[in-house]
Amino acid sequence: MKIILYIIKKEFKQIFRNKGMLPIIFILPLLQLVILSNAATYEIKNIQFGYVDADNSSTSRELIEQFEASTYFNVSEKFPSEKEASQAMQEGTIDAYLNIPTHFERDLQKDKTKGIGVFIDAIDGSAAGVINVYITQIIQNYNKNIVADLIQISDTVQKPNSIESIPLFWYNQTLNYKTFMVPGILVLLVTMITLFLSGMNIVREKEIGTLEQINVTPIRKSHFIIGKLFPFWIIGMGLLTIGLILAKVIFNTPMLGNLGLLYAYTSVYILVILGMGLFISNFTDTQQQAMFIAWFFIVIFILMSGLFTPIESMPKWAQILTEFNPIKYFVEIIRMVMLKGSGFVDIFPLAIKTLAYAIVMNSLAVWSYKKTT
Amino acid sequence: MMKDNNVIQVENLSKLFGDFAAVNQISFQVKAGEIFGFLGANGAGKTTAMKMLIGISSPTSGKATVAGFDVYKETESIKKNIGYMSQKFALYDDLTVKENITFFGGIYGLSKKQIEHKRRELVEELGLQEVTNSLVASLPLGWKQKLAFSVSLLHEPKIVFLDEPTGGVDPITRRQFWEMIYKAAHNGTTIFVTTHYMDEAEYCDRVSIMVDGKIEALDTPKKLKEHYKTDTMNDVFLKLARG
Repeated sequence: MKIILYIIKKEFKQIFRNKGMLPIIFILPLLQLVILSNAATYEIKNIQFGYVDADNSSTSRELIEQFEASTYFNVSEKFPSEKEASQAMQEGTIDAYLNIPTHFERDLQKDKTKGIGVFIDAIDGSAAGVINVYITQIIQNYNKNIVADLIQISDTVQKPNSIESIPLFWYNQTLNYKTFMVPGILVLLVTMITLFLSGMNIVREKEIGTLEQINVTPIRKSHFIIGKLFPFWIIGMGLLTIGLILAKVIFNTPMLGNLGLLYAYTSVYILVILGMGLFISNFTDTQQQAMFIAWFFIVIFILMSGLFTPIESMPKWAQILTEFNPIKYFVEIIRMVMLKGSGFVDIFPLAIKTLAYAIVMNSLAVWSYKKTT
Repeated sequence: MMKDNNVIQVENLSKLFGDFAAVNQISFQVKAGEIFGFLGANGAGKTTAMKMLIGISSPTSGKATVAGFDVYKETESIKKNIGYMSQKFALYDDLTVKENITFFGGIYGLSKKQIEHKRRELVEELGLQEVTNSLVASLPLGWKQKLAFSVSLLHEPKIVFLDEPTGGVDPITRRQFWEMIYKAAHNGTTIFVTTHYMDEAEYCDRVSIMVDGKIEALDTPKKLKEHYKTDTMNDVFLKLARG
């Protein structure tokens, strides 16, 4: 125990003495939190919107007024026929248009239901999805009986079901993407910093030769590893804390669930990442190698985490792969706890998987750390 | 004490890397309190052999005990009884002299009091009073080497292994370094030292000369010079290394 303390003290001294490293640990991630949370948004504004009104009734005009009133749409033009509207979309002057058929008002009153055509430029599939949701919401709010028949333009059309798999619209009523992104990006930062630091830390000692010096001492493997990794566990928790404060102060992100639960989960989660870092450093000889391998995993983890693209819309095999992605678990849990107020019972299945992951990862890491080669 | 008073016993020890025998069936003994010079050209296998003895590399075959412990199964017990100074400077550059001593004393399990005592003794001996709170990075190489040697003796090991301890330092510092080695030997520590400098070989009680993974000669410097009919160890070495 005393030996572990000596190592921890030494690590902290080295970390805080490294003037180049400190800003990387604390300032860069927080800048990223602020910048990314503002930039990485699916919120679509200033949608160039046109329409064809073949009915020209009071109902159709009222419906168009709804769009004019929305801050998301710039209602640019009324097209005489669908041909012109379609032409405008080809040219890229409008992003979406509505085709209100003749007898729209009459049929709606008579049959109690009526379809209208919604055309969206779907070159950017996810943007098209968002636009579709906006349009549907506006139409539904106006009259539940109008059925929006979605017709998407472009050959790279996304299936409409991808639209429904963005969970945001079910839990975040105000459509505030920052509320949604901030917790996820916070996860990313905690993960990246702890993985890079722990992965490069031990390999650094390999490079400068001090690890050999440690290996000829009778120090126990477990003592050394705990002493080495504990400081980064603390740094991870510290980053979470600073990140949560910023999230509250700058973005006013809600914290509906139990803060203690989030910390308890994070404390286990960081163990997974530290185990990974140690594992990487056991199989590399230089910091560059460790960095490249860590990057390789981080990029895959981020892209497959459900942070930017929903896991539900990935192909089946990819969804199975995400089971091995620790970031996925944390992103899901931090959103559940912060935004939905989920409790222990709700996150238990995910948390238990994380715990198992931590145990496996650290066993592998400790096993692969060899004092004798 | 151990049988025959030998603190290191090596019999037919080998280390293979694929087909290449870095160390090829070497055998020797080192007596307690001896200064044993382990000589050889670059790539002759000195460091590999040493790494097996200090328990950070497993031998491929053969037998060896260090301080009475087996190099296969009892490496951790060996580590309690030895000190090691690698050819690469291996203290922490970003810690001060004081912090390095405290850290290494700490991981060898010395008590706070012992560390404090050792540190004072050591700083005084090396004349480092002025720089105890300076980062090791700022010290000249010669001082660093002396400090590294002293740190390897912190836990009062039975045997200390020095891998080219005087590489790259000036003649005066080398001289001082060897005075430190003599002093440690005088206090009963066995010294196992590799070197390139043949004048240093003369300071050893016995030397072995390794050529291509094998020990080609092993005796006192005096007897080796007689046997090879030369005046200096340098010539002995050249005769052997050139084949």
